[in-house]
Amino acid sequence: MCGIVGLFLKDPKLEPRLGELLTDMLITMTDRGPDSAGIAIYSRGKDGHAKLTVQSADPDRDFADLADKLGKAIGSHVRLAQKDTHAVLDLPSDRLEAARHAIRDIAPNVKVMSAGEGIEIYKEVGLPKDVAARFDVAHMQGTHGIGHTRMATESAVTTMGAHPFSTGSDQCLVHNGSLSNHNGLRRELIRQGMTFETQNDTEVAAAYVSHKLKEGQNLGQALESGLDDLDGFFTFVVGTKDGFGVVRDPIACKPAVMAETDQYVAFGSEYRALVNLPGIDNARVWEPEPATVYFWER
Amino acid sequence: MQTFDLAAQGLRALNQTLHGLNGTTNQTAWEIVNPKGSHAIAVGLDAPIDVTVKGSTGYYCAGMNKQATVRVKGSVGPGVAENMMSGTVIVDGDASQYAGATGRGGLLVIKGNAASRCGISMKGIDIVVHGNIGHMSCFMAQSGNLVVLGDAGDALGDSLYEARLFVRGSVKSLGADCIEKEMRPEHLELLADLLKRGEADHLAKPEEFKRYGSARKLYNFNVDNASAY
Repeated sequence: MCGIVGLFLKDPKLEPRLGELLTDMLITMTDRGPDSAGIAIYSRGKDGHAKLTVQSADPDRDFADLADKLGKAIGSHVRLAQKDTHAVLDLPSDRLEAARHAIRDIAPNVKVMSAGEGIEIYKEVGLPKDVAARFDVAHMQGTHGIGHTRMATESAVTTMGAHPFSTGSDQCLVHNGSLSNHNGLRRELIRQGMTFETQNDTEVAAAYVSHKLKEGQNLGQALESGLDDLDGFFTFVVGTKDGFGVVRDPIACKPAVMAETDQYVAFGSEYRALVNLPGIDNARVWEPEPATVYFWER
Repeated sequence: MQTFDLAAQGLRALNQTLHGLNGTTNQTAWEIVNPKGSHAIAVGLDAPIDVTVKGSTGYYCAGMNKQATVRVKGSVGPGVAENMMSGTVIVDGDASQYAGATGRGGLLVIKGNAASRCGISMKGIDIVVHGNIGHMSCFMAQSGNLVVLGDAGDALGDSLYEARLFVRGSVKSLGADCIEKEMRPEHLELLADLLKRGEADHLAKPEEFKRYGSARKLYNFNVDNASAY
């Protein structure tokens, strides 16, 4: 199982409601996976600023002086905003890579959830309603977002095993299904210079897409390549700074429903997830075709 | 007409109320409002009642139906009318995967498109789809009839037994042991009746369809094929 929801807003008037709408959609999908939940929210960044979202099992200890230490290490001002076990570090865009590296030495227990100008990822073990409440996702604004509720099959139920997985700047991927060639592909991607945090199959798919984007493909091309190279069951929903993509494997037994209006493009593992969206009764609702890439970019 | 508000009264109360009518013979009309994509709406009915669902449903709507007529004024999720025994299920919108799977009797009408695996392992049900159907439809279908006014996806009728498949549009590919067959007068007659009962006689004529069925080559183990296993 596993449940996926996604919302890509076309109408800026809905942006203040992104977190609220996405939270409602994700909670509706709780039955599909009660192990852990996560959400990626993309918001309009501030020029010259980037965000590093980090997580710690002992946030009081690890976050207390993290901004100061990181600021010294990268030679610029860092601001930290804590949300439960996560914190968002605001820093200059041109110091983002340096900060990513520095944090490994300064705070080895701190895990990087996401890095980029727009993205923030929050994920933990637990039910969607509890995870969403801990991070107050309902009050977040943004342009697009992806949520996932997990029923684990391929790796342990841990914070790092929860989705979304982010393996590149402003990128994330969630998955319903299971891959069968992830071990071989992981070895290949490691040879190509990608790094991994878990033994999870989905992280390999995320890294695969990141690698293709790094090679110069656009999101649509990267997902097309994935149809040839990824073996197994999958419905993927992928986010980039300005884009939102969906692809299902050729067998397409993992469910997917999409809806589009003038205001948004929405994804749900089931139609139930979409029923409270504004204007859903007049939306174009369809099931994405097998082995067909759908993507939207701003 | 009795109205049931699913959002207010809940799924279990709905299905228990409808099951309470099982075995009765009085015609009763029911309207279900606020389905909101819920699963298992109106499953296991066994009475000649008329149920209209005002909106779209989730998984397994009208599963195991006997006698009842269920109309959905919206689209349905996976497994609509799964294992239907008799009665009629009419969907105004689209159907997700495995519509009418393993159905033993009755009539399933989908006025939009059906996704993959439509009629998989059907055993006597009649299915009329006004739009297109997805890949692997009628996989291992044993008996009954499938009528598709639009196109069929890949591997239609793979490992087919004795179900009859009628497709008006294109077939992306035929599955193993499924072949096109001659349309004889008795098939045209059968098709005319199915189109009429499937509320499609104003949309298509029997002569516009092609018939597909089993080549009956997979029925028994053939030693010449041993290397294929």
